[in-house]
Amino acid sequence: MNTKVGYGIALALLLVAPFMIYPVFLMKLLCFALFACAFNLILGYGGLLSFGHAAFFGGAAYITGHVIKVWGLPTELGLLVGAGSAAALGYLIGMLAIRRQGIYFAMITLALAQMVYFIFISADFTGGENGLQGVPRGYALGIFDLQDNLTMYYFVLAVFVIGFLIIARAVYSPFGQILGAIRDNEDRATSLGYDVDRYKHLAFVLSAALAGLAGSTKTVVFQLASLTDVHWHTSGEVVLMTLLGGLGTIAGPAVGAGVIVTLQNYLASGPLGAWVPVVLGTIFVVCVLAFRRGIIGELHAMLKKSF
Amino acid sequence: MLTDLLGIPPQVLFGQLLLGLINGAFYAVLSLGLAVIFGLLNIVNFAHGALYMLGAFSTYFLAKYLGVGYWGALILAPLIVGALGIVIERYLLRRLTGVDHLYGLLLTFGLALVIEGIFVKLFGASGIPYPTPPQLTGGINLGFMFLPYYRAWVVVASLIVCIATWVLFERTKIGSYLRAGTENPQLLQAFGVNVPVLTTLAYGYGVALAAFAGVLAAPITQVSPLMGSNLIIVVFAVVVIGGMGSIVGAVVTGLAMGVVEGLTKVFWPEASATVIFLVMAIVLVLRPAGLFGKSA
Amino acid sequence: MNILKKLALGVSATAMIASAAAAEVSDGKVKIGVLTDMSSTYSDLAGNGSVVAAEMAIADFGGTAAGAPIELISADHQNKADIAANKARQWGDSEQVDVFAELVTTSVALAVFEIAKQQNKLALVSGAASSPLTSDACIPTGIHWTYNTRALAVGTGSAVVKEGGDTWYFLTADYAFGESLERDVAAVVEAEGGQVLGSIKHPFPSSDFSSFVLQAQASGAKVVGLANAGADTVNAIKAANEFGLVAAGQSIAALLTFITDIHALGLDTAQGIQLTTGFYWDLNDETRAWSQRFNEKTGTMPTMVQAGVYSSVMHYLKAVEAAGTDDTDAVLAKMREMPVDDFFAKGGEVRSDGRMVHDMYLARVKAPAESTGPWDYYDIVRTIPGEEAFGPLSESNCPTK
Repeated sequence: MNTKVGYGIALALLLVAPFMIYPVFLMKLLCFALFACAFNLILGYGGLLSFGHAAFFGGAAYITGHVIKVWGLPTELGLLVGAGSAAALGYLIGMLAIRRQGIYFAMITLALAQMVYFIFISADFTGGENGLQGVPRGYALGIFDLQDNLTMYYFVLAVFVIGFLIIARAVYSPFGQILGAIRDNEDRATSLGYDVDRYKHLAFVLSAALAGLAGSTKTVVFQLASLTDVHWHTSGEVVLMTLLGGLGTIAGPAVGAGVIVTLQNYLASGPLGAWVPVVLGTIFVVCVLAFRRGIIGELHAMLKKSF
Repeated sequence: MLTDLLGIPPQVLFGQLLLGLINGAFYAVLSLGLAVIFGLLNIVNFAHGALYMLGAFSTYFLAKYLGVGYWGALILAPLIVGALGIVIERYLLRRLTGVDHLYGLLLTFGLALVIEGIFVKLFGASGIPYPTPPQLTGGINLGFMFLPYYRAWVVVASLIVCIATWVLFERTKIGSYLRAGTENPQLLQAFGVNVPVLTTLAYGYGVALAAFAGVLAAPITQVSPLMGSNLIIVVFAVVVIGGMGSIVGAVVTGLAMGVVEGLTKVFWPEASATVIFLVMAIVLVLRPAGLFGKSA
Repeated sequence: MNILKKLALGVSATAMIASAAAAEVSDGKVKIGVLTDMSSTYSDLAGNGSVVAAEMAIADFGGTAAGAPIELISADHQNKADIAANKARQWGDSEQVDVFAELVTTSVALAVFEIAKQQNKLALVSGAASSPLTSDACIPTGIHWTYNTRALAVGTGSAVVKEGGDTWYFLTADYAFGESLERDVAAVVEAEGGQVLGSIKHPFPSSDFSSFVLQAQASGAKVVGLANAGADTVNAIKAANEFGLVAAGQSIAALLTFITDIHALGLDTAQGIQLTTGFYWDLNDETRAWSQRFNEKTGTMPTMVQAGVYSSVMHYLKAVEAAGTDDTDAVLAKMREMPVDDFFAKGGEVRSDGRMVHDMYLARVKAPAESTGPWDYYDIVRTIPGEEAFGPLSESNCPTK
């Protein structure tokens, strides 16, 4: 009950937010929040640290940009193609990586994502270092002009809510329960007759698809896709967002993404501009050493204590 | 000749192979350090690239502020950075004992961001030149290419360090402790060996190897804050191919991947940055534990 | 939606009344946004020095233009087009920025052009190099100030061919800037009767150039042209020296070199390099005086990018003063109408395709023995007239020219 009220308040705040805060900034925040929530599906609920999620985020960003700009597909279809290609890529990478665990899994996803990065650097359609620029925002449902920041914002909010609901549905379904069981004790899940690899692979593909949806949406908002989106720093950033917000909590990654994106945004224009990587790194270190439950995790723990 | 058949002049082919071997020497020393650390601490040291960079910067600082030349730095820089590594292990990584090893990777990733960020802020990104030591300037014309003496020295020095490390691990008492620590730390502790100290030393040694590679690199590339940031990802792939934690695997794979990269630069230069990751994917399909790894 | 629109209209109407009161300057202030690389590969040649240069221009202008105070904001785009686009969009949408300045690297300039076009704001490009910025990729409100790849080609390329360097091999950074530079230089080389034997694209950025240098050696070309910038150029030159490329009789043409690169290389390594630049601190009393002031604030001598930022911002402020407003179209008209006359450019002209045409310089890097002090690096070999460097307007494919 409490959580439902919480989500209601959050949604109400998100609906009025663009009248108080710059909408493009909010859209960026929502894109990364969706990215982090998708990532959390595989790390928080699947127990697998992927260090290559930028491949899905950025890969979909490029594909969406290309199909909207060059093929002239409508915006919604462009997003679906982006998410679909991320799912396909997730299927391939998952096939290679899913049998390994822990650090091996992290390294393999990192290296495969790096391969994707180099493919995108040398492919002609990506524009290499220049990025894919001038992607038109188009019209939602063929009538609402997305060039208007407010209209665009509500479109992005809708995408985010849909993505978030899919994740919540997956987590609270039997599928999510089994995933949790695998994370906590893989051998037991196997002995109970579950095809562990298949569940993990499915979760990985779902996570990749939603990460792709986030990347695709980001392309439409900013009207460009760039190498930053596929760079391994982006993979690291999403780990940081998820960790900071709270691993394995449904809302934590969104909160973490909010904090990090806000920090990046306000630090970059202030006197501390050049210190952004140092600040992020410090947060990382502090989180790992003293704060492993993350913001939402710590809040949960505090609530439990006081009641 | 075969090379004529392929339409590649032999001097290009031999030259690239030799250069590949030189680059491979860097990969070997760096992945060796990672392997040592992974073997004992079970963590992937994401800060390895940043510590390699610190090795190069120590070399530069030693020359600028203390007048210590290249040869002195070759000994001192690894000691200084190794000592820093000991501090990192003792006061940061140690706190993660008993927690999932992934947190070690995340902690070192954060450290790398902090270290590199500070140096970029202080020194800019374009790098500072460091002169080749006077004893090693110039080079020799091998007929198919001009080989700078310094590059030859890089290969020799790397091989010496790699062999010394192998001897240390396989032929000495401390090495046998280290190997035992990899297999079963509790049992080793029960025999009265101070495992935490051993772990700290292993981390310090792995880091010192990274710094050693940094000293070797200083005269070749610029001393620059981001010199390790992309290299480290390649070295990760090398470690995975060789089999994580395998010392022989790290060295052999490092050299071999350098050569493979060199060959790619002849036949398909644009793919030279990708080829190692491709090899990695193939190896993972055929031998998931890596070429020299024990199957997990 | 309707209520929202009415609200928005009401707000903008109020804003218009307010601005009419404040002497035709929107929001009562002239706001300049410097968007530059403060922390990455190009932070030395642009970076904080560009912000300092813009601050100096504002201070020298007296702090107010057309009766309104001048404000400056700056941000680090880390060489990333997305960060730059995001920042520029925000500055235009909600921070009342009237003009974007500096914009190093082509990807950033293109991204900001897109925003400037949508918002009808001025973009003063100093750091980015690609000549398409005033041709195929031009926008009505974009001005390319300091240099471009064509000018580099005309300067260094033709000078080298005239000295007998008639066969070329390129080491090219594998992205649009490198390709643009290679294309422009190859055209000049072939027009002068030279020949291009081949080229190799290297990943961006690269730290080890040895194998590319080796292939350049095997090509047998007399000149190895470096179509790259910043740290890549520095590393390529080091590798070329190490592998005896110059000693064996080939020569290097570093097609885009900044004084900070020479500073990083040291004269021992860099001596003899020919380069084209839009500015050198030691040209005359005026440049020395300005550069000395710059040096007191930053500890380095200005690159052409940083000097160009000062010049472009200064010219913009003069145009605002002359137009009596910060309205984009009115200021743009004044900027085109008035000649650019300052320490950076004499009789410079802002063309309708956005190109600021001014003289460029062909320089040769001094040997250590010839250098009399810190930053004494260049001998100016030739002054390249603006028209020759940037080409006639008819060459531009800009649709709005």
